[in-house]
This record gives sequence, structure tokens and C-alpha cells, in this order.
Amino acid sequence: MEQSAYKPGEHPNLPPPSNTVGPIAWVRANLISSPTNIVLTVLSIWFLYEIIPATLEWAFMDAAFTGESRDECRAKAGGACWAFIGERFNLFTYGFYPADERWRIDLAFVLLCVALLPVLWDRCPFRKYGLYFACAFPFISGWLLLGGFGLMPVDTDEFGGFMLTLVIGVTGITFSLPIGIILALGRQSDMPIVRVFSIWFIEFFRGVPLITLLFVASTMLNYFLPTGTTFDLLLRVLIMVTLFASAYMAEVIRGGLQALPRGQYEAADSMGLKYWTSMRLIILPQALKISIPGIVNTFIGLYKDTTLVIIIGLLDPLGVGRSSLADTKWTGLSNEMYLFVAIFFFISCFGMSRYSLYLEKKLATGYER
Amino acid sequence: MAEVAVSPQRNAISRLWNDKESRSVIIQIITISLVFAFLAYIIHNAVVNLQAIGKGFSYNFLWQPSSYDINQHLIEYNSRSTHFRAMLVGILNTILVAICGIVLASIVGFVLGVLRLSKNWIVNRLAYCYIEYVRNVPVLLHILLVHGLIVHAFPVPRQAISIGDLTFMTNRGIFSPKPLYEPLFLVVVVLFLLGLAFMWWFRRYAQKVQDETGQHYPVFWIGLGAIVGVPLVSFFLLGSPITWDVPELKGFNFTGGMVVRPEFIALLLALSLYTAAFIGEIVRAGILGVYYGQTEASYALGINRGRSLSLVVIPQALRIIVPPLTSQYLNLMKNSSLAVAIGYMDIVATIGGISLNQTGREMECMIIVLALYLVMSLIISMIMNWYNKRIKLVER
Repeated sequence: MEQSAYKPGEHPNLPPPSNTVGPIAWVRANLISSPTNIVLTVLSIWFLYEIIPATLEWAFMDAAFTGESRDECRAKAGGACWAFIGERFNLFTYGFYPADERWRIDLAFVLLCVALLPVLWDRCPFRKYGLYFACAFPFISGWLLLGGFGLMPVDTDEFGGFMLTLVIGVTGITFSLPIGIILALGRQSDMPIVRVFSIWFIEFFRGVPLITLLFVASTMLNYFLPTGTTFDLLLRVLIMVTLFASAYMAEVIRGGLQALPRGQYEAADSMGLKYWTSMRLIILPQALKISIPGIVNTFIGLYKDTTLVIIIGLLDPLGVGRSSLADTKWTGLSNEMYLFVAIFFFISCFGMSRYSLYLEKKLATGYER
Repeated sequence: MAEVAVSPQRNAISRLWNDKESRSVIIQIITISLVFAFLAYIIHNAVVNLQAIGKGFSYNFLWQPSSYDINQHLIEYNSRSTHFRAMLVGILNTILVAICGIVLASIVGFVLGVLRLSKNWIVNRLAYCYIEYVRNVPVLLHILLVHGLIVHAFPVPRQAISIGDLTFMTNRGIFSPKPLYEPLFLVVVVLFLLGLAFMWWFRRYAQKVQDETGQHYPVFWIGLGAIVGVPLVSFFLLGSPITWDVPELKGFNFTGGMVVRPEFIALLLALSLYTAAFIGEIVRAGILGVYYGQTEASYALGINRGRSLSLVVIPQALRIIVPPLTSQYLNLMKNSSLAVAIGYMDIVATIGGISLNQTGREMECMIIVLALYLVMSLIISMIMNWYNKRIKLVER
């Protein structure tokens, strides 16, 4: 016997049985392991066969990429008419911002990326200065976009397109986190009055749809201001979106605060730390870490909700698209437009959720051993 | 005592500030006065502004004729009805789409969650792609897209897709026969309700008998017989006391029958398919959250696969699922307000839209709208909290 030549424990590892490795075994285990599975697999493949070739045909093979109008596109190809997106691309990006001043939006966008780098990447070179810059960024970009102080002033009515989405999204995200933290702490506070007001605020904003708040902002907010004051519509929308998101943020952070073991609070007290010091050094870092998935979900929700502004007449990408469809040259191309806008939102939101997964993994130093 | 350590230079205010109790009182007094000052300020402004333009604050407009039409009304309504009635129509429309949406989203969501857990690679990936696409694109875009697809993809009434010459699918909605009840039909309804009541009692009875003696009744089949079988048999014995009003093409549109409007279909589909993606992830997390040892333990006890799912895994998964599910239901209800973008006449579109524009009573209308949504949110949370309490683990 050949095998007996091996000493005990020195037998070489044999390859796994051939029916447990390789593509065929994988197909067996994952696609056709039972009758139900076979049916599901066949159905899925049939579904993909129906969908994918037709979609590719429509979007690429049979699509027109150039043309002056819908009729010209149709004459060239029977599928999608991307010339529409091409012609309106600037409108989709910048809205009605004056053409000569668009470099300011580009610059603000580049600066946004520069400001985000040190915030998102903890091994970024010169991170400390980068963070200072990130704090200054809202003011710099506000100056760039609105003008004044040497730049040509631009009215917020002319904001639109993806740029408007980014303005509302970034502002809402920046301000809703700190307000949300304060509301969450207020709701957990020992002071009954502070607690009650926080609860009322949070429950009110969570109980009504954002669209009604935007209607309030657009129709009746002027009544609550001194007679004769006018208040920029975009600013009103920004305030409402921020307050709305911060109520949700507060609940997410409250979840994190409640998930912390009581001992952490007691330990902070027994160290003699004051309230704010203990919050800043002990409680919040842990609570925020726990609530990262929820926080990012709220950000994504806020970012998606920016589309609601079309209902009160601001022109975000969807609004720009819908008004472009009213042009007789391009009428009836709604599928192309919706797909284009959907891709934009998908990329931004999917990116955010991936980043949150990465962050969760990186910070997972928790209680698991 | 703390006072001993305080040096005499410190004045009374700083001493008050450094005492935890008195500081909390001071902060609360400041908070309350700031909040009330703010409220007083804006109310004062509102009163001054309303006086300046000569508008009082009154709800009398609710009793004036609305003079606009609503294409989908569950209760009697025409353009001579009052604004109040228009509001009721709007509320019912919101409730209709919310309830249908919640049911549909739960079913689709549950299926998605199970598919996402499937060991079948293709099915799993398909569900994953669907969920990621839907979750990362705004719901308003879904609503507009589905509405556009329905309006463009379905033919005009003259070339309607006919299903057995009874139901017609057109871009103005789906027209189907409408049942007209004869008085005898009441008997069937009463029998159905009796069946429900009987079932409710019988389930408790069967449970009690099983607990005491171990004897097992076929509850499901008896229930099916009582709730479906008996009413169905009586329906035919009474000679089918229903006549059908079949829609007919007259001129450019169908008349008669029942119609489901494209706005309703679009809103329902978009909202429920959107929410279903979130529910799918919640269901998946809930089922994964039940420790696998539980399933193994139930197998070890000789419980079969189906029963171990329904008696062991799902009850535990529900405890994880219900709280986030509640907020998804609330989101669906609140998102139904986006109906205004496609012209479905819900609360926001009726009292908060056309009525508001016609009467110019912004303040009154918006207060009604906000209050209605708050009440509906409260009701859904109450129902779900009650349910959550019922399925909660009974701890010592």
C-alpha cells in the first residue's frame, strides 16, 4: 500500500472532491439545488433575457446621440434620444445661472471636493488645515454662488439643476447634524421643560410630510415675519429642509445615546466631568459611531427629498427636465430624462451608502471580541 | 458643602450658576421665555399682517361651495359641495392610497426580503439590484416615471385593451364592471361577518382545547369554510343577488362601471414598490437577526420546516421587524402627499391646494393639513405600538 509510506500526520492534503469545487459545483449548489431553485433560476434568466437586450438596444445600439430635435432623433434611430440630454446638459447642471458666471459654480464644486477630502479621509495630508478649510467652505461657496463683494450678484431664482440639489443637500446635511445632536441631547435631558420642547419639535416635524412644510414655507411664512419683510424662497426652503432632517437626525442619535451602556454615563460623572465635557469626550463619540448607518440614511433621505422643491416651483434637475419636456422640440422624451436624473441620484446616494459601510467597518472597534 | 469652597469674591449669580439644581432651573426659565417670546412674536406678526390685508382668521369658508371637481371621490361629491366635503374626499383618498399601499408594500417587501435571503445566486442578485436601485432614487422620480409610463404605454379609450369585453385598460384608467347589490346580498354580508366572529371565537377555543388536551383542530380549513365557504354557498343559493354594470364606450370615453384612475395606479405602484425595497431590507435583517441555533433547536425537537418558521423564527423576527416597519408605514403615508405632483386629489391637493388657492386662506388651510397628517401619524404609531406590545417578549 502506497499510503502507508506516510508517517502519521504527514499525509499531504488531498484536493477536495471534484464535485465540490469548480464552476459546475457552484452552479449545482447555487442555482439548481432544488426544484424550487430550478424554477426560480429559469424564471430569472428568462426575465433577464427579456429585459437586458431590449434595454441595451434602446439605450445604446438603437439610440441617437446627436440631433437638433426629437423628430431628427426619431429619423435616425428608434431608441433613446440622448441628444436631448446633450443639448440641455448645461441647463441640467447650472439651471438659469448666468452663462458668464458659471465658472463660479465649477470652482465651488471643486472647492467642495477639496473640503470633503479631509472630512472623509482621515489620513489626508495636512488634514488639520483641511478641516479649517472645510469649516470655512460654506461661507466661501455662499459668497461664490451669491456674489457680492466684487463678484456680480446672482439672484437665487436663477439657481437650478444639479447645482440646486447640491446647494440644498450640502446645506441641509451640514446644519442638520449639529441641530439633530442638540435636539437628541435635549430629549434625553433631565430638565423637563427642555425635554418637552424637544419632544414637541421632533414629533411635529416627523409627523408631517416635507411637502406640507414646503407649502408652509412658500405660502404662509411671510405672515409670521414683520410687515414688509421679504424672505428669499430658497432660504425658506433651506430652513425647512434642515429642520425636517434634524428631527429625523435627532431620533437616530437618540437611538445611539440609548444604546450606550449606562456605565459610560456614570463613569463620565464619576470622573467629575461636566455635562458638555462628558458629552464631547465620552458619550457623543461612542453614540455617533453607533448611529452612523442611521445618520447616513438620513443624509440620503434628505438628499433625495431635495427633489420635492419642484412642487413649490424651484427648478431642480427634475424641474428642469419637466420644463424642457414642455418644449415642442423635445416633447415626449420623458424616459430619457427620468433615467438621466435617476442615474445622477443613484450615483450620489449609492456612493454615500458605500462610504458609510466603509466607515462602519473602519470604526468597528466596539464591544465584540 | 459646596458653599465652603466658594471664595467670597464670587457673587451670588455665579454661585447660582455653579449649583447644578439652580442652574437647571435658570436654563429652563430662559428656554421657556425664549420659546414663548418667539411664539408671541410670530403670532403678533401674523395678527398684524392679517389685519393689514384685511383678512380675519376664520373657518367659515369651509361651508361655502367649492366649485371645483374631483375626479376620484369615494363619497358623493360635486362642484356645488362645500370645501369641507372636498376636504373629506381628500382625506378618504389619502387613506385609500395609504392603506392599499401599506398592504401591497408589505407583501412585496416580504417577498423581496425572502428572495434576498435565497441561496439562489441569480435571484439574490436580482433582488439586491432592485433594492439598491429603488432605494437610491427619489420617490418623486418614481412617481412621475410610473405615471408617465402608464399614460404613455396604455392606449386611448377608443383602442382600449379589452379583457373579455368586461374590463378595459386605457390611459384614462382601468374600467371594470361595477357590482350593483340587490337587497338579498345583505344576507351574504351578514353571514360573512358571522363567519369572522365565529372564527375569532373558534381560534381561541381550539387553542384552549389544544392546551388542555393536546387535541388539534384543523383551524385553517374550518375557518376557510366559515369565512369563505358559507357566504359563497348562500350567495349561489340566493340566486347571485348581484348585477353587473359593464362599462361602455360612449364618444371618447367609457361610461358606467368602476374606474381606477391612472393617477391612483401610478401613485399606488410607485409608493408601494419604493417602500417595499426598504421593507425587504428590514425583513432580511429581522430574519438574519434570529440566531441560527433557534432553528436548529426547533429541528432537534422534531418540528418540521414550515412550523419551525412560523412558530419559532418569524415570531422572534417580528420583534426586530416591527419598529422599523412602523416608520416605513409612516413614511408611505407621508409620501402619499406627493400625489399633488401627478394630480391625484389627496389632502394636500384638495384642501391644501385648490381650496387654498380659491379662498386665499393659506393659514387656515395649512393648519388643517398639518393637523390631519399629525393625527394620521399618531393613529398609525398607536396601532403599531399596540401590535409591538402584543408580540413583545414577555420578560420577567
